[in-house]
Amino acid sequence: MGIVTQALSGERRAIARLITVMESGEEQARQVLAELYPHTGRAHIVGITGAPGTGKSTLVNEMAKAYRKQDLKVGIIAVDPTSPFSGGAILGDRIRMRDVATDPGIFIRSMATRGSLGGLARATADAAHVLDAAGYPVILVETVGAGQSEVDIARTAHTTLVVEMPAAGDDIQAIKAGILEIADVLVVNKADLRGADHAVAALQAMLDLNSAHDDGRDGQHHGRLEGIEAVAPGNHSGATNRQVYWRPPVLKTVATKGEGISDVVACVQRHRQYLSESGLQQRREHERAEEGLRRILRYTLLERLLNRIQPSDLDEAVRRIARREQDPYSAANALMAELGLVERQA
Amino acid sequence: MVDKKIRVLIAKPGLDGHDRGAKVVARGLRDAGMEVIYTGLRQTPEMIAAAALQEDVDALGLSILSGAHMTLVPRVLRLLQEQGQANVAVFVGGIVPNEDVPALLQAGVKAIYGPGTSLDDIAKGIREEVAQR
Repeated sequence: MGIVTQALSGERRAIARLITVMESGEEQARQVLAELYPHTGRAHIVGITGAPGTGKSTLVNEMAKAYRKQDLKVGIIAVDPTSPFSGGAILGDRIRMRDVATDPGIFIRSMATRGSLGGLARATADAAHVLDAAGYPVILVETVGAGQSEVDIARTAHTTLVVEMPAAGDDIQAIKAGILEIADVLVVNKADLRGADHAVAALQAMLDLNSAHDDGRDGQHHGRLEGIEAVAPGNHSGATNRQVYWRPPVLKTVATKGEGISDVVACVQRHRQYLSESGLQQRREHERAEEGLRRILRYTLLERLLNRIQPSDLDEAVRRIARREQDPYSAANALMAELGLVERQA
Repeated sequence: MVDKKIRVLIAKPGLDGHDRGAKVVARGLRDAGMEVIYTGLRQTPEMIAAAALQEDVDALGLSILSGAHMTLVPRVLRLLQEQGQANVAVFVGGIVPNEDVPALLQAGVKAIYGPGTSLDDIAKGIREEVAQR
């Protein structure tokens, strides 16, 4: 298959076509991935998430420029939502990425969620595999405008940035579960607006609670170890046997003016170093592999089993449940007994 | 699970600042079930070609109200051809005088949609053109 070889050598048309194949979910996707997979695992995948309008696309544009100054090629995958009614989508993230639109060292791909709810599309991770294998050492993945529970990005990215902005909710938002928990780096964008310092303080206060918690659990006391210090030279000698705590740094940016971007990129690169030196990289890779395998198995096995149920049996069970003649668990049990998966219950 | 979606790039080349029409068309195609990549105002032909390549689009809609269509459209078509994307179905929307229409169609544009064209007609035109490829 020539197209895979072309993509591996960085040919952009081939890369674009392969991402389309990944999105299509056709049988060809599986074959292509099998060929690409041995060439993956080299890129640093950076997730950028946060509520709509916080400036994710603008931040990605500025970060891409900063990486280009280091002469690194950058892949960008920008995800926007699919309409639940028409199945169509408006993918508008390129509007904010015009600075880098014609840079041959940058590859931008817009992606629609196509029904996935976790903030990414089903094929986002596979598209990242394509760019990884094609030799892009940095891949920036921008999620849909995320609310509180779209946390899939943490399973795809090595380093996750959560982007906030001033005056977007009170302090209690910062201690809720969900998206803030997955942050490796917190960014308060639009920091020239009023309330930026307050937003930073609220996030720092949340992190104080986290670190108190973690220290207690590990029986160690690191105090407030900033992410920056966690891997500072001389401080990571025993990093593998002594759990060093990564405290997500909170950074202020004004992405439209390019302010604070170099700090963000520096923090992302320090986080990568921290991951490898602490042994966390391997552990996460293992978790990622397990999660991915389980997801594929769950999906494929479920499809196969569901296909074995007679549609008429299923319809009949649905009717019985709706008429309150049988409860849903007993109905499910009866169908599974039909397939020989469980003992039939009296 | 096979998921074949029509991907369309809607672009505004050149210097005119009127993107209302482009946005309305983008929204209409979204409602017709297509994935529409919208790149914003003042795109150069090179930017449009790069986006068409990276996004692997099936169709490209160029919205031009500035009168520069005879310069901009052939340049975009040539760039597409050079990068192996001659099969992308190119449409033009906006203000195009009647006398320019034959030349644009001759150059490879599939259709030209002037003011008053219905969104359904545009969606139908794109769908038919893409299905033929």
